[in-house]
Amino acid sequence: MTPIQRDRGDAFHVLPSTFYVFPFLLRRALSALLLILLVSSSSLVLVRLAPGTGEGIGADPAIVAAERHRLGLDRPLLEQYGAWLVRTVRFDFGESLRFRRPVSSLIRENAPNTALLGATAMLLATLIGLPLGVLTGSRRSALASAAGGASIVFLSIPSLVLSLGLLLVAARTGWLPAGGLGVPAPDAGLLERGALTLRYLLLPSIALALPVAASIERLESRAMADALAEPCIVAALARGVPARRVVWRHALRLSLKPVLAIYGILVGSVLSGSFIVEQVMSWPGLGVLMFDALTARDLFLVAGCAATGAALLAVGILISDVALAAVDPRIEEPLL
Amino acid sequence: MTRRPLPALGVALLGLVALVAVAAPLVAPYDPGRQFGDFASAPPMRPHVIDDAGAWHLPFVYPIRLVTRLERRYDEDRATRVTLRWGRGGTLVSADEGTGPLLLLGADSLGRDVFSRLVRGSRLSLGVSVLATLCALVVGALVGAAAGFRGGTIDALAMNVADFVIVLPAIYVVLALRAVMPLVLSTSEVFWTLAAVMGLAGWPYPARGVRAVVAVERRMEYAEAARALGAGPWRILLRHVLPAAKGLLAVQATLLLPSFILAEATLSYVGLGFPEPTPSWGAMLQEAGRISSLVDAPWLLAPAAAIVISVLALHLTAGGRPTLERTVQAAPVNN
Repeated sequence: MTPIQRDRGDAFHVLPSTFYVFPFLLRRALSALLLILLVSSSSLVLVRLAPGTGEGIGADPAIVAAERHRLGLDRPLLEQYGAWLVRTVRFDFGESLRFRRPVSSLIRENAPNTALLGATAMLLATLIGLPLGVLTGSRRSALASAAGGASIVFLSIPSLVLSLGLLLVAARTGWLPAGGLGVPAPDAGLLERGALTLRYLLLPSIALALPVAASIERLESRAMADALAEPCIVAALARGVPARRVVWRHALRLSLKPVLAIYGILVGSVLSGSFIVEQVMSWPGLGVLMFDALTARDLFLVAGCAATGAALLAVGILISDVALAAVDPRIEEPLL
Repeated sequence: MTRRPLPALGVALLGLVALVAVAAPLVAPYDPGRQFGDFASAPPMRPHVIDDAGAWHLPFVYPIRLVTRLERRYDEDRATRVTLRWGRGGTLVSADEGTGPLLLLGADSLGRDVFSRLVRGSRLSLGVSVLATLCALVVGALVGAAAGFRGGTIDALAMNVADFVIVLPAIYVVLALRAVMPLVLSTSEVFWTLAAVMGLAGWPYPARGVRAVVAVERRMEYAEAARALGAGPWRILLRHVLPAAKGLLAVQATLLLPSFILAEATLSYVGLGFPEPTPSWGAMLQEAGRISSLVDAPWLLAPAAAIVISVLALHLTAGGRPTLERTVQAAPVNN
C-alpha cells in the first residue's frame, strides 16, 4: 500500500473491524428482506388485479365459485393479502393453481438451476472481463485496442441473439447439447453428474456471460485509466515500484471500487438475461416457471417465484456490498 | 482524440437503419404477408456480378426451383440469369416475376420473404422502442423535475420508488407489467401497450439524472433572477432549469433505446409481443427459436443481425462507452 492510501484508511481502523461488520451485515440483511417482501407483494397484487385471475373459462360457475372459496379469492382483498403474508413468513407459499402442487416444491426444482446458471455466468464474466479491462486500461497496444473493440461488439450482441447463435452451432456440430438440462442416470456417481451438468451448463452460461463480461471490461478499463492517474500511483511509480506491480496491486484495488459499485446492477442484468437464455435454451429455471405462472395467472406461484428471484438478487447485492466494503470501508450505504 | 471515427460510423449506421424503417414500403419487394407456396423455407438468393463463365454483368441472381417438396430441397438454375431491376414497380429492387420471387434473405416456413418482413418489421420494432423511449424520457423528466424542484417528501418518495425499480431485473418488470394486461391483443393495441409498459419500466433512469440536475440548477443565480423578474415556478422550471438537462436526456435516449429494442424482441419471442402474422423482429425470431427450423433455415436469424446492427450503431454513437457506466454517471453520486 502507498502511504497516501494508508493515511486514508487509518482513521477507520481505530476500532477492531468486527465492531462495524455485524451491524453492517445486519442492516444489509434487513434491506434484503424488505426487497423480497416488496417484490413478492407487488407481484401478488399485480396478478390479483389482472383480468382473468381466478376466473374459469367455460367451466361450471358452481365449481368456479367453490374453487374461489377454497382458495379464499372471494374474501376482501386486504384480508387475502393478510392471509398470504402470514403464510409466507412461515415459508408456506400456497399451492400452484396450474400444477396443483405446492409452490415451494416447484421452486425447489427450478431455483437451483437459475442460481447455478447465474453464478456461473457472473464468475465467467468477471474472470474474462476484469483482466481484459486491466489490460486495456493500463496500456496502449494493438492487442489492448483489439480487446476494447471486441467488447464494444459483444456489448451489442444481447443474450437473446447470442444464445440463438450458439444453439445453431451446437445443433449443427453436435459438440454440445442444444439446450435443456440432462437428467443423470440414477446410479451415476457425483463426478459423472457434475460432468453431465457441466456439458449442459456451458452454452447457456457463455450466452449469459459474454455481454456482462464486455460491460465489466469497459468499466474496469475506464476505472483503471482513472486509477493510474491518481497521485498515490504516480508516487508509487516514482519510488521505483515496478509498473506491473503498481498496476496489479495498487491500481487494481483503487479501480475495483467503481466496478464493484455497480455489481448489484449487474446481478440484476444477469437475472434479466437468465430469463431470455432459459427461454431460448430450455433451461429449466426460475424464468421459465415465472413466465408460465404469469401467463396462467397462477397467483401464488408468481408471488413465490418473485420472492425467490428477489432473494437471489438480494444475495447477489449483499455479496457485492460486502466486496465493496472490503475494498473501500468508507462506502455510503443506500437505503435499499 | 480530435478525430472520432467510431461515433461517425455509428451515426452513419443509425441513419441507414432509420432510412430503411421510414422508407420500408419502398424498400421491401413484397407484402410481408404474401406467401409463395412453392418456396417454403427457400434459401437466400445471393446477388452475383460474375457468372460461371467468368463474365461480368449487372447485379443478377440465379432463380431457384423446388427439387423435392418433402425435403424442401432447392436447386439453383445456373443457366438463367435474372438481372435485378432497380426502382421499378414502386420498390427499390425487384426481379422479373416470371422466374419466381426474389428472396434476398430466403423464405420462412410459410414461404414469406424474410427480407420484406425484416424491412417492414423494423418499423414496428424500432417504432415501439422510440415511442417507449419518448415516454420514459417525458415521465422521467417530469418526475425528476418535480422531485428536484420541490425536494422534501416528494423527492424522497419518488427517488426511493426509482431506486426500487432500477434494482429489479428490467426484463421481469416489463414482463410482469405486460403479462397482467389481457394476453391476446390486436397489433395496434400491442404497439401502444408495449410502448406504455416499457416507458413505465424505463422512467427511473432519466428521472434520477434530471432530479440531480434540477436540484443543483434551481439554486443558481439565473433561476433566482428569473424569479426576481416575476416568473412563476412552472416558467422557471420549464423555460430556465429543465433545458440544463438536455444533454443528459440525449445520453439517456441512447441508453434506453437499445434496451427497449431488446425488450420488444424478448416479449415477442416469448409470445407476449406482436402476434403472428405481424412482422416484428422478435416475432420473426420465434420461428428461429425452434431447433428444427434453426438448423434447416439459419437465415431466419436475419432479425437477430438487424438487432445487433441497430444496438451496435447506438453504442458507437454514444462513443462506445458501456451503458452501465453512463447510468452511473447520470445518477447522482451522493443523493
